[in-house]
Amino acid sequence: MSNNKAVIMNLLPLIPMFPLIGMIINGLIGKFLPKKLVHLIAITALLASFTTSVIVVSKLVGLPEDSRSVSIEIFKWINVGSFGVSFSFTLDQLSSIMLLVVTGIGGLIHVYSVGYMNGDKSYSRFFTYLNLFIFAMLLLVLGSNMLIMFIGWEGVGLASYLLIGFWFEDSANAAAGMKAFIVNRIGDFGFLIGMFILILTIGNLDFNSIKIAVDSGIITGTVATVATMLFFVGAMGKSAQIPLYVWLPDAMAGPTPVSALIHAATMVTAGVYMVVRLNFLFILAPATMTVIALIGAFTAFFAASIALVQNDIKKVLAYSTVSQLGYMFLGVGVGAFGGGILHLVTHAFFKATLFLGAGSVIIGMHHNQDMRNMGGLKKRMPITHWTMLIATIAITGVLPFSGFISKDEIIWRAFASHNTIIPWINYVLWGLGALAAMMTSFYMWRLYYLTFQSGETRLKDHHVVEHIKESPKSMTFALVVLSFFAIVIGWIGLPHLFYHGKGIFNSFHRWLEPLVSESEAKIHVVHNTGLEWTLMIVVSVLVYISFFWARKWYRKEISVNTKIWAEALKPIHTLLYNKYFVDELYYWLIDKLILQFSHKVLWKTIDYIFIDNIIINGLVAGGSKTLGFLVGLFQTGKLQFYAFVMVAAFFFIFYFMTL
Amino acid sequence: MFDWLTFITLFPIIGVIILFFIPKNNGTVIKNIALVVSVINFLFSLVLLVGFRANASMQFEINKVWIKNLGINYHIGIDGISIFIVLLTTFLTPIVILSAYNVLKDPTYKDKAKEYMALLLILETAVIGALISLDLILFYLFWEMMLIPMYFLIGVFGGEKRTYAALKFFIYTAAGSIMMLVAMFVLYMNAGGVSFDLAYIISHVHLTATEQGLLFLAFFIAFAVKVPMFPLHTWLPDAHVQAPTGGSVILAGVLLKMGTYGFIRFAIPLFPKVAVSYAGVIGIFAVIGIIYGALVAMVQKDVKKLVAYSSISHLGFVVLGIFAFTNTSMTGAIYQMLNHGISTGALFLLVGIIYERRHTKEIKEFGGLTKVMPLYAVIFLIATLSSIALPLTNGFVGEFLILSGTYISRVMQWSSVLTIFAATGVIFGAAYMLWMFKRVMFGPLTNEKNKNLKDLNLREFTYLFPLIVMIFVMGIFPNFFLKRIEPSVNSFIENNINTRVYAKNSRVTLKLTKNQKRSKR
Repeated sequence: MSNNKAVIMNLLPLIPMFPLIGMIINGLIGKFLPKKLVHLIAITALLASFTTSVIVVSKLVGLPEDSRSVSIEIFKWINVGSFGVSFSFTLDQLSSIMLLVVTGIGGLIHVYSVGYMNGDKSYSRFFTYLNLFIFAMLLLVLGSNMLIMFIGWEGVGLASYLLIGFWFEDSANAAAGMKAFIVNRIGDFGFLIGMFILILTIGNLDFNSIKIAVDSGIITGTVATVATMLFFVGAMGKSAQIPLYVWLPDAMAGPTPVSALIHAATMVTAGVYMVVRLNFLFILAPATMTVIALIGAFTAFFAASIALVQNDIKKVLAYSTVSQLGYMFLGVGVGAFGGGILHLVTHAFFKATLFLGAGSVIIGMHHNQDMRNMGGLKKRMPITHWTMLIATIAITGVLPFSGFISKDEIIWRAFASHNTIIPWINYVLWGLGALAAMMTSFYMWRLYYLTFQSGETRLKDHHVVEHIKESPKSMTFALVVLSFFAIVIGWIGLPHLFYHGKGIFNSFHRWLEPLVSESEAKIHVVHNTGLEWTLMIVVSVLVYISFFWARKWYRKEISVNTKIWAEALKPIHTLLYNKYFVDELYYWLIDKLILQFSHKVLWKTIDYIFIDNIIINGLVAGGSKTLGFLVGLFQTGKLQFYAFVMVAAFFFIFYFMTL
Repeated sequence: MFDWLTFITLFPIIGVIILFFIPKNNGTVIKNIALVVSVINFLFSLVLLVGFRANASMQFEINKVWIKNLGINYHIGIDGISIFIVLLTTFLTPIVILSAYNVLKDPTYKDKAKEYMALLLILETAVIGALISLDLILFYLFWEMMLIPMYFLIGVFGGEKRTYAALKFFIYTAAGSIMMLVAMFVLYMNAGGVSFDLAYIISHVHLTATEQGLLFLAFFIAFAVKVPMFPLHTWLPDAHVQAPTGGSVILAGVLLKMGTYGFIRFAIPLFPKVAVSYAGVIGIFAVIGIIYGALVAMVQKDVKKLVAYSSISHLGFVVLGIFAFTNTSMTGAIYQMLNHGISTGALFLLVGIIYERRHTKEIKEFGGLTKVMPLYAVIFLIATLSSIALPLTNGFVGEFLILSGTYISRVMQWSSVLTIFAATGVIFGAAYMLWMFKRVMFGPLTNEKNKNLKDLNLREFTYLFPLIVMIFVMGIFPNFFLKRIEPSVNSFIENNINTRVYAKNSRVTLKLTKNQKRSKR
């Protein structure tokens, strides 16, 4: 047993070290290396990380259930007075899940990128950034205290900024990267203040100390409410929740593997991870939990409605990601911490598949992303088609694919969990969740039919059409592996309706139990098997209705019916197509309020007119008459003269003092 | 024991004397001599670091009678508060000298290399002298001595409006200094007219509350102008825009810190009660500076002016941390002084590099430079990230310590509210820096004049590289510095705040100890 622990302690620091080394090598000399060597270095780093992760997690499984948390301090980072923060890592049930997801999916996406980025002139820069991202993400996941998590938190933000603006020669891409970073900084502001509150209350940021302080009652409900609200602001930024979601759709400007890895599978789920990591703190704050559930449900609904009408294949997936992240927050907000994490995991697989599939389509279409130009790709890109079909089934929530299992749990818990602040809110949460599920089904099938079915490609450029073919093996390999998991990964956490007793099929919840059961027990959940079946069927029926609806509209050509509907619902269509004009509103606020105010009032009025012209220039005008003569002298003089003046000045001072 | 402090202070002057004998048209020799002198002085200054013990005492202390019947002593020494600022000065000077090699090739300045280098070296002596002085008059002499070379650096080597900028700089700072000098004499007389020694005056003055307030104000304004604090800041953007690159780096990197250093060394220990009772008000001005500097930086059209306004914002953090009087916030404030010297120094050098190539600093003249200057882009990005306090760069450690320390302060009134407002600087900072970076470095390379820009040459890389290394070293291993700074800060707070302000007021003392107990848990 202690042997297992020792192995974990020895190996754990290596896991983030590998991508760090990869990043340093490629960052410094990657430019001069052949491409093959560049991706070999980057992929080897990930493979080493993944292998080590598998070893440490298997060792963790070997430990008894109550001691599955191993920490190791690497060095003391900041120590001032009683405040100290160490660079230390913790492997426990939660971080081990994230570890496998990040290194596993991360590794596959590295492989995929070999094909996708082939031919890009900044090949080594791309892999440098990818390794940087993995390094930061691993710090985020493994950190034993909030500050190490925060290093990772901002570090992934940096990687995201660099990768969104990867093709920086287009201003729009650079702007999207900048927007992502700044919006995330708004969230980080909340994160920071939240940390200050904890420092004030317990003088420490270790997750363990926070837990102890919660158990011993040092952290009261009020403190917990304020702190968790602020941490949730951080989560809203990173995990793209209303009102800070605006950066994620723009982030699609980055290369598609980045969208899959950072903006779907891993980084954007960091907020969910943080809430679950601090579940013992959040559970003390029912108000925050209610806010999280509401914002999550509303985001799920709102983003799904936008996705209904988008034509850019990546934009649909982007809003879909925002929507699915909403589900995760809905889950953790109603106390289904395990459910939220399960959806995080299943989503990571099917959404990565969808993005990578979309990337494959985009490469096939010679960088055309408009679905109105696609169609009939089924025959030309068979592997992409099948894997995307699997992932589509998974995300829409069809039994027994993974998405069904995790989403069903969240929607059911949204209904069954009792809220102490607003008792009837569970109906609202369930309704929003169910409608969002229905819309998910619609926009995904719309995407599928527009892209892969509905006759021949609608692209006018015949030269391109002739060249549409399946993507290279490095890309399809990743697709096949990921789509396999998109089917089966949910089976580790089957709903209790399907599976009683202990075994592999609910191992997920048993694994997380020691970490979350205490908190989950504090929420009253209705147990009614009949009702649970009924609601499950209701949601499924809604999902199937959407499927047939989308099939009818988009299976062949874009039907005349569709156009009539679009015409009839034009105001709504316009509203959705323009994403409720939220970006325009934000832009207006920033431009009119902040920039104009800073320019006209602060700078031109206070600095120039008030301080300079009225106060200083008055003094300068007076002073310059007397000083002007001297200054004129200085302008033309020589150093010797200046030196003379200086020395004379000193003597003058001394003379003055000896009087 | 050998008097290292005096040696390091006066060594640059030896360089100046050597320069006197070199013909003025022999530019290369002049530059090389200046560089060698400054590098050697940096190496000597490392002796201080090696010999420094991580405790609160004054070290390398020398106390000799200088002018006996006036009570002026040659009293010098360093502690955790000053040592790294001294090192920052000796570290930045050779970098600045190396960066000026090209500027001086410009025909306008061709024969002025000697002046330029001499001014920089004199400035180094003045700054170090001011940092080590423990006698009021000695400090004042060095303090005034800083003003003159800086004035000429701007006034002779500056841009188009250099006369105006130099005069503005001169009047602002001289006005502040004169008040301080008067205050010094009042203190001297009040303490018995025996000595100008700082420690002596602190223990011998007897002032009424009003007198304390007025004298504090005199010192405070002199230092606040230097920082500069809102609303005394308008000289800074002009001075920076007009100053040559080297002048800007020294100005931002070292001279501004003389203001914040002055608060810690002189203004607060001399008048601790006033400092504590006005901590909240000063905090408000610091926070206004943070937000104001950031917002105005956002709308600047000139890169250098943008960085200048960002300095006002960054120094606001330092002032906030000092007057919060917790060991975290003050240690963080001192750390942030060093960080600002390094990251803003790097930014000014980087701006200087494109200015040398294009003779403009207008943001709209650039765009897409990454394509032609990839190495420059990487270094610029790192300096930018340091400036916006990304974790694992130096900036984060300083900002985090300041903000977290201020939040828990029991001395500064409204400290938690002020912290929240100050923390918005984190957002605005990212906004103005990244927006500038985007407009200068990203986007299409449309301007014809930028298409053939050369990337960094070896000389430029050589002087930027140490700064980049320090950004990471100070971000990843801050404890090396913090553990040398902190003992002095602790004893500062203990001696000046806890003992002298709160000793008789048991209620507040109780509060403080309660807080300490709590944080220990």
